[in-house]
Amino acid sequence: MCLAIPMRLVSREGNKGIAEVGGVRTEVRLDLVEVEVGQSLIVHAGFAIQVLDEDDASERLELLRQIAGLVDEASP
Amino acid sequence: MTKSVQQLADGRTSQRDPRLVRGLAEALARRDPGRKLRFMHVCGTHEHEISRYGLRRLLPPWLEVIAGPGCPVCVCPVSELDLGAQLGLQGKAIVATFGDLERVPARLSLAEVRAQGADVRVVTSAAGAATLARSLPGRQVVFLAVGFETTACTTAAVALADPPPNLSFVLSHRLVPPALEALLSHPALALDGFLLPGHVCTVQGTEEYAPLALSKGLKMAVAGFEPADVLDGLLALVDRVIADRPGVDNCYTRSVRTSGNTAARAFVARVFTPLDAPWRGLGTIPRSGLAFTEEFAHLDATSRFGLTPDRSLDVPDRACRCDEILLGLRTPAGCPLFGRACTPEHPHGPCMVSLEGTCAAWYRHPPEPAELPAARHDDGGQR
Repeated sequence: MCLAIPMRLVSREGNKGIAEVGGVRTEVRLDLVEVEVGQSLIVHAGFAIQVLDEDDASERLELLRQIAGLVDEASP
Repeated sequence: MTKSVQQLADGRTSQRDPRLVRGLAEALARRDPGRKLRFMHVCGTHEHEISRYGLRRLLPPWLEVIAGPGCPVCVCPVSELDLGAQLGLQGKAIVATFGDLERVPARLSLAEVRAQGADVRVVTSAAGAATLARSLPGRQVVFLAVGFETTACTTAAVALADPPPNLSFVLSHRLVPPALEALLSHPALALDGFLLPGHVCTVQGTEEYAPLALSKGLKMAVAGFEPADVLDGLLALVDRVIADRPGVDNCYTRSVRTSGNTAARAFVARVFTPLDAPWRGLGTIPRSGLAFTEEFAHLDATSRFGLTPDRSLDVPDRACRCDEILLGLRTPAGCPLFGRACTPEHPHGPCMVSLEGTCAAWYRHPPEPAELPAARHDDGGQR
């Protein structure tokens, strides 16, 4: 019940949208966030509770790769 | 769309990269705090991911991560579940509930009252309960609103979005920070800090936790839910211990802002007011629950239907150890019923019912014997 998952917003109409993850689409309420189609959301109990910061996600991942000693292998 | 978006939205593969996870575990093992450390997480999803990926197997022997009261269905007292059962049995309302609530054993579970003819329906959100009520204008619909800050904001959003007049709520929301404070007063736990729940903090931010960390000399880190996210949080906690630096690290910055989701917090502040509330296993904790403010009091099912929770139902089950498991005083392996008289098919307590329950996680993803601290299972788990 408390499981929240990242999903991508594919369309919206008012405070309702359609979000998708792994080919599965579901209706989400957008009352709690300001979001544009194409952005990634954390969806919990039918509501988007946050818009994911994608740049931050990449930066943090890069930092973790450094800590894990994977930087030399990191290539685009 | 960038690659990172695609990964995050469609697979989140990066934070699951086995090489990354192994590398972070090795970085953790290179730390030397000079003593044993014990951190508690308070999130059912953390326990599930830790169990699912066998992360405890990767931790150095001096590092213990235990599960606390992170399952909102599990901490919901029987007396509040019973309100839903009574409403259903009396035929006063359709009871709308999250699926994992209906099988929680009580005087009569919601599944049992449905078998006796009550109209109990599973919804996946508070919005679903509002849709149900709109589709049946001649009937009353009561939504059993269980959940931490993550779910309370969704109940608030429904309350603010012109809810149908035949919809009301039994409020069993609970707040995490007061529970952390209550846990600290438990001397047997001896915690070095908390791995904070990423999605609760997504809504609520980290501001509430810093004063608690500083006043109690605690180390805290907000963590996400992929294997690398969990290890990221643990590294931050261990480094804070080594530097003897109480405070809060946010390691889940892609979702958690310092002030959280300010819109969601404003919704909650307008719709609810804190009140003292009982928790299974923890007793009554000051200002850890939510009641409707005067403006929204008409949405309260207990006053609409004249119900009072029968708190005499909130006595610990003598056989079931969920109360101690919720406190981190015992692991599922230390419960005599676990996996024998208590299974997901025939649950004896809430920790085996809810997907967020510690027992459900351990049953689905059994730990290896080496992962079980001897003192916490050989003698039946009592410390």
